Amino acid sequence: MTAHSTNTAKPATGIPALLKSAFVNALIALVLFSLMIGIRTEAGSDGQLTYWTRFGELASLVAAVFGGSIVIDLLRQWIGPTGTEKLIPPAVQTGMSFVGRYLAPALLIFTLLVPVIFYDQRYILDLAILVLTYVMLGWGLNVVVGLAGLLDLGYVAFYAVGAYSYALLATNFGWSFWVCLPLAGILAAFWGVLLGFPVLRLRGDYLAIVTLAFGEIIRLVIINWQELTGGPNGVSSIPRPSFFGIPLDNSDNGLAAKLGIEYSPTHRIVFLFYLILALALLTNWVTIRLRRLPIGRAWEALREDEVACRALGINTTTTKLTAFATGAMFGGFAGAFFATRQGFISPESFTFQESALVLAIVVLGGMGSQLGVALAALSMIGGFELFRSLETYRMLVFGMAMVLIMIWRPRGLIGHRAPTVYLTKAQAISSDLVKEGHG
Amino acid sequence: MDYFAQQLINGLVLGSIYGLIAIGYTMVYGIVGMINFAHGDIFMIGGFIALITFLILVSLGLTAIPVILLIVLLVSMAITALYGWTIERVAYRPLRHSFRLAPMLSAIGMSFVLTNYSQVAQGARVKPIPPLVTGGYTLHESADGFVIRLSNVQILVVITTIVLLAIFTWLVSRTRLGRDMRACEQDQTMAALLGVDVDRTISMTFVIGAALAAVAGLMYLLYYGLVDFFMGFVAGIKAFTAAVLGGIGSLPGAMLGGLAIGLIETFWSAYFSVEYKDVAAFSILIVVLIFMPTGLLGRPEVEKV
Repeated sequence: MTAHSTNTAKPATGIPALLKSAFVNALIALVLFSLMIGIRTEAGSDGQLTYWTRFGELASLVAAVFGGSIVIDLLRQWIGPTGTEKLIPPAVQTGMSFVGRYLAPALLIFTLLVPVIFYDQRYILDLAILVLTYVMLGWGLNVVVGLAGLLDLGYVAFYAVGAYSYALLATNFGWSFWVCLPLAGILAAFWGVLLGFPVLRLRGDYLAIVTLAFGEIIRLVIINWQELTGGPNGVSSIPRPSFFGIPLDNSDNGLAAKLGIEYSPTHRIVFLFYLILALALLTNWVTIRLRRLPIGRAWEALREDEVACRALGINTTTTKLTAFATGAMFGGFAGAFFATRQGFISPESFTFQESALVLAIVVLGGMGSQLGVALAALSMIGGFELFRSLETYRMLVFGMAMVLIMIWRPRGLIGHRAPTVYLTKAQAISSDLVKEGHG
Repeated sequence: MDYFAQQLINGLVLGSIYGLIAIGYTMVYGIVGMINFAHGDIFMIGGFIALITFLILVSLGLTAIPVILLIVLLVSMAITALYGWTIERVAYRPLRHSFRLAPMLSAIGMSFVLTNYSQVAQGARVKPIPPLVTGGYTLHESADGFVIRLSNVQILVVITTIVLLAIFTWLVSRTRLGRDMRACEQDQTMAALLGVDVDRTISMTFVIGAALAAVAGLMYLLYYGLVDFFMGFVAGIKAFTAAVLGGIGSLPGAMLGGLAIGLIETFWSAYFSVEYKDVAAFSILIVVLIFMPTGLLGRPEVEKV
C-alpha cells in the first residue's frame, strides 16, 4: 500500500513542500495501518480471541511510506511525468526493434532445445511445462480480450470444463487422451457459445462481471455435484497420455522398450513438454492465421469501436460468439493437458485467482501481442517461482503489480498492440494516438 | 407459514447488509462509471477494523454495550472511509482518462491487494467474537412448537440501516455535496465548468461508500459473529448483483435490490438447497443483466458514439 500519488494535482517543489507531503502520506499510512498492522488478533485454543501489539512493524511501515514518498517525489521531479518513453535514444530504439524482430524465432529455438539442455534437471522441465501452460492460456484468452476486446473474468471456467471433460471421460469410459483432447476443446467451445449467446448485448464491464459470475457458477457446481465430479475431493488417477497409443511406462510394450532404449521417467516429462509446446504453437498459429481472415479483422474492429463496426455491417453477434468459442476451445485444450499432466484435479485449481492471473498475463503482455503474452507468462510464472518462499506475500505483490502496470503502462509492459490491417498511404495519425472506442 | 415468516425476517436482515454495500457500488458507478471491484474487500476491512476496535475496548474494561457499539461504529467508519479515499487516490484517479478497461483491471488488482493484505496482517483463520447483542423477542409460537423469533441483533441491523439511509438520502438530496454529486453524475465537464470540484466530489463518493460498507461490515460481524479475510469476495459480488438488480446508479434501487437478493438467497436456502445458494445469486445476476439491464429502478442507458 503506497500513498504516494497524493500529490498528482500540484507537484511539490522545494524541500519543505516535499517533506510536508511525505509527512502527510506517512500520517495517512499511520491511520490506515494502525489497527490492521499495529494489532494482531488470533483465536486462542479455547476459541476466545486474543490480541497483541506490533508497534515495531507499524513504525517501520510508516517510515517506509515516508521515505518512499520522498523518493518518488524526487524521481518525479527529475524525470518528469511524461518523459519516460522519450528517454530512450533513437539508436537504442532501432536496436530494440532489431532485437524484437529476431527475438521470437530465437525464443522458439531455445524453447525447442530446453529438454535437451536441461534433460537432467527435472525441476526446470516441470517449470517450463507450467510456463508453457500459461502461455497457451494467455494466447487463448488473448483472442477474447486482446483481439475482440471483450473482458472475460471467467476464463478459468473453460479451463475447468476441459480438465473435467478429459478427467471424467478418461476415468469413466477409458477413452484415450487423443480422443478426449478434441472433445474437451469442443465441449469448452460449446460452453463458450452458451455463455456468449446471452451476454452479447452487454457493455465491457457488465460483461466482465457476468463472465466472473459464470466462472464462479461452474466452480460451485463442480464442488457441489459430488456424484459426477467427486466434489471438493476432485478426480484422481487420471490416465497419463500415451505416445499415440504407446504408453510411456516401464512395461514391455512401452515406448522405451520398443525403441530399445533404457526406460527413464524423464521421457514422459519430455513428452509432456513437447505436447504442450505443440498445443501452444497451434494456438499461436491459429490466432495469427485468423487475424488475417475477415473474422479476425472483425474482432479487431470490434475492439476499437463497436458502434462503427455495426455501422459497417459487421455482424457483431457472430463476431463475439466466434471470439468466445475460439478462446474457450483453447482453454479447453489447456485444461485437458492440465488434467493429464497432474493426474489429479480438484475445484481448487479453478478459482478466480487463476482467471485473474491469466488476465494479468494478457494485460502485461500488451493485449493482443503474441510475443508479449509469451514473455509476460514467462516473467509472471518465473517470478512466482523465484519468490516461492514468500508464499503469503505473492498475491499481495501480484495485486500491487497489476495496479502499478495500469497506472504506469496501461497498454502493457512488454508487448505493443498494432492493428493487423492499416492504411499504408496518407496515414496522418498513428493508431496509438487514437482514443480507445467506447463500445 | 411460521417458517416462511421466520425466513422473511432473516432475509430482510441479510438484505439490509447487502443493500448497505450495494449503495457503494451504485454511487461509484453512477459518478465514475466504473465497477469498484475492491468494494467488497472494503466491506471486509470494515469488519476487521470493527473487530479489532471491539477487542481493544473490551480489554480496556469497557462494559456498556451501547457505548462500545457507538465507538466501534465511528472508528470503523472513519478508518474504512480513509481506506476508500486512499484507494481512489492511488489506484483509480491516475486512470480516469485511461482506456476503457484500465480502471476495472486496477480495481481487480486492488481487490487482491486488500484481500492478501488482511491475510498477511491478521492471519488466514476465521476470527470469531462472542455475541455482543443478545436476547430477542418471541413473536409467535405455533401449535407444533415452531417459534418465530426476532432477535435484538436483527432489530439493530434493520434500524441502523434505516437511520443511515435517512441520513444518506438527506445528504444526497439536500446538501451542497449531494448536489455536486448529482451534477457530476450527469456531466462531469459541465459540472467542472460551473465550479464544482469534480476530484473532491469523486473522493467524497468513495469516502461515503466506504463508510457505509464499514457499517455493513460491523453489522455482519454482529449478526454472524465472525470475520475472515475472504468474506469480501462473495459478499461483494452479491451486493453488486443487488445494485444491478435495483438499477445501477439508483440509490433506492440499490437498497431494494439488496433486500431482494437477501430474500431470494434466504428462501432459496430454506426451500431448495443451501449448497446452491451462491449459484442462485449469481444466476440472478446473469438473468437480470440479460433481460432487464436497467434493473428495477434504473434509467435506460443511451449509447454514445
